[in-house]
Amino acid sequence: MNPIPSIAPAPASGDAAFAFTFALLLLCPLAIAGIALINAGLGRSRSASQAMIGNLSIVALGAIVFAFVGAAFTGTLGNKDVVFYAAGKPWSVLGLGPFLLHGLSHAAPQSQLALLFEFLAVSMAALLPWGSGADRWRLAAGCASAAVLAAVVFPIAAHWIWASGWLAQLGINFSLGAGFLDPGGAATVHVLGGLSALAVVWIAGPRRGKFPKEGLSIAMPGHNAVYVLFGCLLALVGWLAFNAAGAVIWVHAPLGALPGTAIDTLLSASGALAATFSVTRFRFGKPDASLCANGWLAGLVASSASAALVSPAASLFIGAAAGIFTPLLVELFELALSIDDPSGAITVHGVSGLWGLVAAGIFSPAPGQLIAQFVGIAALLGVFLPLVYLLFALLNRIVPFRVDPDGERVGMDLHELGGGAYPEFVIHRDDSYR
Amino acid sequence: MKYAGLLVMPAGFFLTIAALVLFPDPSRRAAFVLCGLAVEAMGLAVAVRGHILPRGATRS
Repeated sequence: MNPIPSIAPAPASGDAAFAFTFALLLLCPLAIAGIALINAGLGRSRSASQAMIGNLSIVALGAIVFAFVGAAFTGTLGNKDVVFYAAGKPWSVLGLGPFLLHGLSHAAPQSQLALLFEFLAVSMAALLPWGSGADRWRLAAGCASAAVLAAVVFPIAAHWIWASGWLAQLGINFSLGAGFLDPGGAATVHVLGGLSALAVVWIAGPRRGKFPKEGLSIAMPGHNAVYVLFGCLLALVGWLAFNAAGAVIWVHAPLGALPGTAIDTLLSASGALAATFSVTRFRFGKPDASLCANGWLAGLVASSASAALVSPAASLFIGAAAGIFTPLLVELFELALSIDDPSGAITVHGVSGLWGLVAAGIFSPAPGQLIAQFVGIAALLGVFLPLVYLLFALLNRIVPFRVDPDGERVGMDLHELGGGAYPEFVIHRDDSYR
Repeated sequence: MKYAGLLVMPAGFFLTIAALVLFPDPSRRAAFVLCGLAVEAMGLAVAVRGHILPRGATRS
């Protein structure tokens, strides 16, 4: 049975609900911290410092740009939308709120919580491509792409899905379940971040020496598995908060349903880890720590769409499925499609997010919910991937994404920051450059 | 080829929108939405294929 019987018609109200949701949102940055550690740990040691300063810079710049520009287009603080009418139905395509967060202090508490959620979500979405471009993506270009995501792409997605946009209204206008459902940000954060990561990898290209002329691709393992695995544990806390807060803010779940949402989140991640552990044990003879971390995250990402909406058994299944396909797709993307994605964000966030959205529709009892989810996925793939690719390709002409070959050889730390993350340790040379 | 694939993907999206507008019948609407997704998948496949580098090459 669904732990949240139905989408309650009225938002959770009252000071206690506001305080509880606000406290949950204060825990969400732990998910960002976890992703930052994972991004740094899965890159090379000679780029670790650049990876971490990049994580911080992207979060900071994403927040600033979203405050100045992006928040206006989500329409969270305003009540004006750009609406056109087709087939007798309103299609709200863009929010038109005040710039510079004008009027924030007078906004309704629910709107303020929604805006804070969006701030955290845009920081996380902008962070995801950074790990995929590790070891060759310039810091300036990473920051510029975060600004583009926060100013243009994320606000449009957030308006369509979370605010009064046409995807959120599919249930009212076309009787498709409760409209496109994404309480934890599987679409607006993870699929968007995963598709952005794909665009970055396509534009920047693979790391030098990754795909030699003959033989299989060269393995370039992450430099610190402890960072990666500890990042996974930190991310769990943040995800529990994201999913619970999202359930309250976006689908108006009663506070009493939140323990069920948290249990579903944990079960999804656990099922995914168990599945990835088994798959890598079967494929390679021993479990792979890096892929297990990817599996754990994939379970969390899939839960972002579904944890507030499905039963614990369904969550376990959703996570296990994500844990099975994640290591296989990581391998497929690298070996068959020449996609060099050090953090695995394309699979972990992009594909698992899509799976979570589909699964939320499959396990929903509402008629038409699955079609609503498919329409949302069609929008993500058909609008946002080409849009992000176009914007990043233009940006690449202004701020080149890829570091020069010498910078890649000496490492991003020395090239961009003038000093390494581990100055007292000898960094081994890379044989692939000989 | 990579750009052709990326241009096909919005076409699939507009097919799903057309399904919403043109077909009130749930089964037909579902079929056309799935067709739109299939078109997007084909566009994505073309774009992915267009981005596969020859072995040994590195985009600069």
